[in-house]
Amino acid sequence: MSSSEWPLWEVFIRSKQGLDHKHAGSLRAADAEMAIENARDVYTRRSEGVSIWVVESKYITASSPEDNASFFEPSDSKIYRHPTFYEVPDGIEHM
Amino acid sequence: MTKNEALFKYVTRIGDNSLILGQRLSEWCGHGPVLEEDIALTNTALDLIGQATSLLKYAGELEGKGRNEDQFAFLRYEHEYLNCLLVELPNTDYAYTLARQFLFDHFNYLMYQELLDTDDKQLAAIAEKSLKEVTYHRRRSSEWMIRLGDGTQESHERIQFALNDIWEYSGELFEADEVDQMMLDAGIGVNLAKIKTEWHKNVAEVLEAATMTKPQDDFMQLGGKNGIHTEYMGYILAEMQYMQRAYPNCEW
Amino acid sequence: MLNKTIEQLEQEFQAKIDAEIKIEPKDWMPDAYRKTLVRQISQHAHSEVVGMLPEGNWISRAPSLRRKAVLLAKVQDEAGHGLYLYSAVETLGTSRDQTIEDLLSGKAKYSSIFNYPALTWADMGAIGWLVDGAAIMNQVALCRASYGPYARAMVRICKEESFHQRQGYEIICTLMKGTDAQRQMAQDAVNRFWWPALMMFGPSDTDSPNSAQSMKWKIKRFSNDDLRQKFVNATVPQAHLIGLTLPDKDLKFNEATGNWEFGEMPWDEFFNVVKGNGPCNKKRLRDRNTAHDNGAWVREAALAHAEKRAERQRKAS
Repeated sequence: MSSSEWPLWEVFIRSKQGLDHKHAGSLRAADAEMAIENARDVYTRRSEGVSIWVVESKYITASSPEDNASFFEPSDSKIYRHPTFYEVPDGIEHM
Repeated sequence: MTKNEALFKYVTRIGDNSLILGQRLSEWCGHGPVLEEDIALTNTALDLIGQATSLLKYAGELEGKGRNEDQFAFLRYEHEYLNCLLVELPNTDYAYTLARQFLFDHFNYLMYQELLDTDDKQLAAIAEKSLKEVTYHRRRSSEWMIRLGDGTQESHERIQFALNDIWEYSGELFEADEVDQMMLDAGIGVNLAKIKTEWHKNVAEVLEAATMTKPQDDFMQLGGKNGIHTEYMGYILAEMQYMQRAYPNCEW
Repeated sequence: MLNKTIEQLEQEFQAKIDAEIKIEPKDWMPDAYRKTLVRQISQHAHSEVVGMLPEGNWISRAPSLRRKAVLLAKVQDEAGHGLYLYSAVETLGTSRDQTIEDLLSGKAKYSSIFNYPALTWADMGAIGWLVDGAAIMNQVALCRASYGPYARAMVRICKEESFHQRQGYEIICTLMKGTDAQRQMAQDAVNRFWWPALMMFGPSDTDSPNSAQSMKWKIKRFSNDDLRQKFVNATVPQAHLIGLTLPDKDLKFNEATGNWEFGEMPWDEFFNVVKGNGPCNKKRLRDRNTAHDNGAWVREAALAHAEKRAERQRKAS
């Protein structure tokens, strides 16, 4: 029975011009065209989008939570990458 | 027949097509082959009910007896409904539903496209909004024809069988009568002969891609446009009108 | 992670939950947490999908074009909500087919409320107002559930559901302003749906076996009794405002607590329906099975076509 199950797709929607596509959810569809149309019917019923991306879920490679410490924590200490790290004299604006 | 009477009939026919097909499609809600398709079919049904609402409101105004779109949709006698026979055919299964939708969407698309240029302002406004919806309907039903036609052997047989079976109801879409002629002459209605040619071409293209055989035009069933319906129609109305008939003159 | 013991992992897991850090699909989680989520979310998904049936039953008979469109849109939303929730279950490693198979075989549960029949148009009002109203109480609480995909699905669902309860109350209000027959229809629907709606919150906390663990895991954020009381307090004034009575002779306002106190709930009936003896248990399951079986050839065809097309593309390139 599960042999006839349609593949799973991830849906990304741009809510308005100028914004990034954002993950909206997933759905099942037999092919890419159907995935786009199903995404339109399922995820933009209330004018939530102006553009849709779909990608079959199996093609997404994700980082592993086990790597979180080595992946993401080292950047926590690099505070010099943020503008608030630097002192500027009082009265300076637009910098 | 005055021009206004002809326009009234013309608008009623388009409105009733949407109303009855919307009613039929909404029977699928909750029973679709897969959740996504349930949602998509319902979207089409909602578009059609919306179109019917605008058109029947306008028809009521043209009639001039003070009837609103609900009185119009729910309180006419069967012979006063002027939809074509195709849209009242039962859902039967997904193949019949799709074949019906496919034939109608291709007609509806061409009709609304032509109606963009109508001299009737109200109809033009309705056509502009509806064409966007119908463009999507046509795309979806055409793709599904190809999926089923060129899918499994079973699906191919089922969809071909359904198409062959209901083909005799396709001719009525293009059958021009006095109303159509008057509206065409007045710069309001569409040229059915013209869109018939395009329709055959477009339908043939999709059917070819679907590895299906286009049925031969043979005897065509007529009557709906003039209020003579199939036996199915009475049951549609019995259900649709139930509340308004059982509890007359109520607000809902 | 390899050198951590299960106990350590469990402690870290609970610490994250206590700190209101959401759990995401690939994170480590205890088996029991995963199982509880799969059970709870899939039950919820099934409820949405089976919940389409009683209302779907009235779409073709809706008394006006506006009501027809609203009802269609609402039932359609329920299909969408079922879909969002099945998707959340998929993130836990259970495919939608597997989940649905459990529903179709009768193994999985869904909300018992949908095993009651929708007999009149007023039931569309009562279901929207009371049944969706009760569901929303639960769902708003679940927007903060500890499992990320579940919480996100609930946020979307709550946003979309906000019109569901209103349209139901609007139907009832319109009926109450109408003829005697309409008012009777409304009162009758409320009489039938009041107690089942209250019992949607589940058994009293003292009789609810899984409650404590679920609260600790924050996949349940308020107790059944608290939510039920909140619902009653919100709903009773709405009923009285439009001239409806509620079928509970013990219902009275407690000035001291600010609560509407209500009578004994008919739990015997509730458990009888849960056991499968509700008026519509068999019909609902049969309808779902019929739709699934009738759709099999369509689903297979779409897949076969996609494979054919992919094959042709491979050959062409």
